[in-house]
Amino acid sequence: MQMTIGVIYAVLFWAATLVLVLGVANKIRIYAKVPAPLKIPTTPAPVTQGGVVLRMMQEVFLFKSLFRSDKLLWALGFLFHYTMLLIVIRHFRYVQEPVWGFVQFMQPFGKYAGFLFIIGLLGLLARRLLIDRVRYITAPSDIAMLLLLIMIGVSGLFMSFVSHTDIVMVKAFFRGLLLFDWQPLPTDAILLLHLGLVAILMLIFPISKLLHAPGIFFSPTRNQIDNPREKRHLAPWAAELEKQNKMFLDELE
Amino acid sequence: MADYDVPEISGEDGIVDVPNLQPDAMKSHGPWVSKPEFQEAMHFPTDFNMPEDVSDYGNTDTLVENWKERALDKMADLKGRYRSLQVFLDICVKCGACTDKCHYYLGSTDPKNMPVARQDLLRKVYRRYFTFAGKFFGKMGMPGFVGAAELDEDVVKDWYNYYHQCSQCRRCSVFCPYGIDTAEISMAAREILDHIGMGQKYCTEIMGKLNKIGNNLGLPEAALADTLEGLEEDIYDETGVDVKLPLDKKGSEILLITPSADFFAEPHVDGLMGYAKVFHELGLDWTLSSYASEGANFGMFIGSYENMRKVSLRIRKAAQDLGVKRIVFGECGHAWRVAYNFLNTLAGPFDFLDQNYPIPQHVLEITEPALAAGKLKIDKSKNDDKVLTFHDSCNIARGSRMGPKPGGQFDIPRNVIRAVCNNFVDMPADTIHDATFCCGGGGGILTDDLMDIRIKGAQPRMEALKHVTDKHQVTHMAAICAICKSQFTKVIPYYGFSMDMIVSVHQLVSNAIFLTGQLTEEEIEAKEAAEEAERIAAMEARKKAAEEKAAKEAAEKDTDKTKKDE
Ligand code: HEM
Ligand code: SF4
Ligand code: SF4
Ligand code: SF4
Repeated sequence: MQMTIGVIYAVLFWAATLVLVLGVANKIRIYAKVPAPLKIPTTPAPVTQGGVVLRMMQEVFLFKSLFRSDKLLWALGFLFHYTMLLIVIRHFRYVQEPVWGFVQFMQPFGKYAGFLFIIGLLGLLARRLLIDRVRYITAPSDIAMLLLLIMIGVSGLFMSFVSHTDIVMVKAFFRGLLLFDWQPLPTDAILLLHLGLVAILMLIFPISKLLHAPGIFFSPTRNQIDNPREKRHLAPWAAELEKQNKMFLDELE
Repeated sequence: MADYDVPEISGEDGIVDVPNLQPDAMKSHGPWVSKPEFQEAMHFPTDFNMPEDVSDYGNTDTLVENWKERALDKMADLKGRYRSLQVFLDICVKCGACTDKCHYYLGSTDPKNMPVARQDLLRKVYRRYFTFAGKFFGKMGMPGFVGAAELDEDVVKDWYNYYHQCSQCRRCSVFCPYGIDTAEISMAAREILDHIGMGQKYCTEIMGKLNKIGNNLGLPEAALADTLEGLEEDIYDETGVDVKLPLDKKGSEILLITPSADFFAEPHVDGLMGYAKVFHELGLDWTLSSYASEGANFGMFIGSYENMRKVSLRIRKAAQDLGVKRIVFGECGHAWRVAYNFLNTLAGPFDFLDQNYPIPQHVLEITEPALAAGKLKIDKSKNDDKVLTFHDSCNIARGSRMGPKPGGQFDIPRNVIRAVCNNFVDMPADTIHDATFCCGGGGGILTDDLMDIRIKGAQPRMEALKHVTDKHQVTHMAAICAICKSQFTKVIPYYGFSMDMIVSVHQLVSNAIFLTGQLTEEEIEAKEAAEEAERIAAMEARKKAAEEKAAKEAAEKDTDKTKKDE
């Protein structure tokens, strides 16, 4: 039984990883390939490449624009994302051998971060239900995604604090995944739920709004240098118009 | 003034409270649709039937054939050309941070005027036809689960209506954690609409005039020359100095490109006279061009790179034909965004111009340093009848820059105002600089058929203005955008302000500047009195001559008569 489950989940996780990696890579390829034909940084914008890197870092690590626009959302989002980061770091111990000192050091933080993670998510969910403007723009999938994350968090916490599973076997299973080696998996319902939901999260990543994570780096309003007068900026398709001396795209050969 | 439902303003803290949603509050047929002939001039499809009535707008029989496929094709085309569109359609997390940032939502309470909801009108179709999730749930008959929707007539109607209730002011993009810019989505949507027979009359008609005659007003060369001559006379009468406003003067150093409203609208024209005085005083050799007598570029509003480029190339040609060394832009928000950010791309490279100056340069980038260096003689007390505030035009504030440093677009106009006026007060911090609220009329909606949304969209700015007029005795608001000025003069009376409280920044300069050789007020009065006396004398002389002539004629007639009688 443990072996059968192990095989099913191994296939599931390999597939999910493949979808996640190839899907996101494909999206990144598209974002990088589609040109930004015009300079559209939201100004005031940095006038150097270094400045742009700094601006992007402030957005990615501090959610700077969000801080300006909505303090409550900023706080909840910050809580959710950073506790998620702690949790992900903590999970490295299931695949590393030996486990890095840093990951070991982070274990207790990651463990208790789970509670804050759920508090943050519940706050985000409450916003969606209570604020009329946010409710209006919320699709069922937005709610579903928060519920998915909440359930991942709750099932994880349950295993940490209430009903422990066979961690040694789980670790052997994930080490096996890395080496393409079938390993059994404990059959606890709660573990299987937890892992199944994580696989779903990985599967939907490249086809959902979770693309905001790679996408933010490609946002032209945030990643462009404010130097249009100093440096001419020209997209390949626009250059073609000039080359063929045409005014309209449908006149191009 | 026609009857409109005007929002109330209190002036308490200058900030509009976020209203509750009122779905469909601004549902309508949208602005007038453009005729096939105008579409043709813009190189858009014309195989559609002009709707006879607004109730037909967006119905299949008034759209192009196969409109649905063609709309989707255009969407696919655009998302392959514009990274902004592709990325923005994908990455919005529906966090709602932008929902209370749009002046049209604040003023109208219609939820579809919340930036993310406005984007979703297009995004839901993108999701349905171009994403796995949308196709999958669409096939299962529940596209709504993932925020996707079928493209049908109602969607087209919503597009047309709500994408013409966006001034592309980019306030939402400042506050979005990923910088998602609804303006980019609006532009793409209008481009799609233009390809299925739903162009907007106002924008396309205006661009037609520009392409034919050289400016948005359709002002031909002779009329322009007349107007400029009239302005020269006005300045002469007022100062006794012969300040020129040259037109098509070959070999000039500077080509000035300014919005055509500067040629006659109030208070724009006072700004134009201000530029002329500054150039005169600094000894700059400049000219206007009749071929490129328009600073504004409506190609941006309709999201058409090709049409925007076509218009921009007029400026390049004018600069080359006139043999100028520099290009300078007058006060106009949208013009400056296109000039600053896009001109080099669209109509460059400008290797034939003098590389020692920014290409292009804003007129304020000339005036401000000149004032700072004391090169202009200023009498600030000439503006003492006013307490000024300043409206940051969004296309300048969030879409461009002035001077070498980021944020120069905020400081430079204020430095100029402070250098020529004694009294200046800023509006509340959340309504200025890059958080500025649009005037409500930008982005191609400055047309009478959109008056309702223009009035409502002005509410946040009006609230801030009321605050400073009530609490800080502000009497005038200066602006540096032709559309802002036109929109305000038209709309502020609805809020109980008087339209002459809107002034151009260079109008303030014009008031305060003292030209070399300028006559003082007394001298002008004396001169005017002398001229008047001369005029009266001349008139009397003429009258006397006429009387004498009449008497002589009468005498001759008498002799004639006697002759005949004989
Ligand atoms: C570059 C990394 C990332 C950045 C900068 C980022 C930033 C943000 C921001 C600013 C928001 C909006 C405010 C909020 O709700 O917190 C958000 C929302 C969200 N993020 Fe991220 N994020 C990142 C990575 C991720 C990852 C890897 C996930 C994976 C699960 C994720 C899941 C979410 C979810 C589910 C929401 C929506 C919350 C809601 O529904 O209210 N984010 N993100
Ligand atoms: S702020 Fe940005 S990410 Fe959030 S809902 Fe608005 S557009 Fe979407
Ligand atoms: S660009 Fe301006 S008008 Fe358009 S949705 Fe954003 S805030 Fe509103
Ligand atoms: S008209 Fe002025 S305030 Fe309105 S969008 Fe344009 S620049 Fe902004």
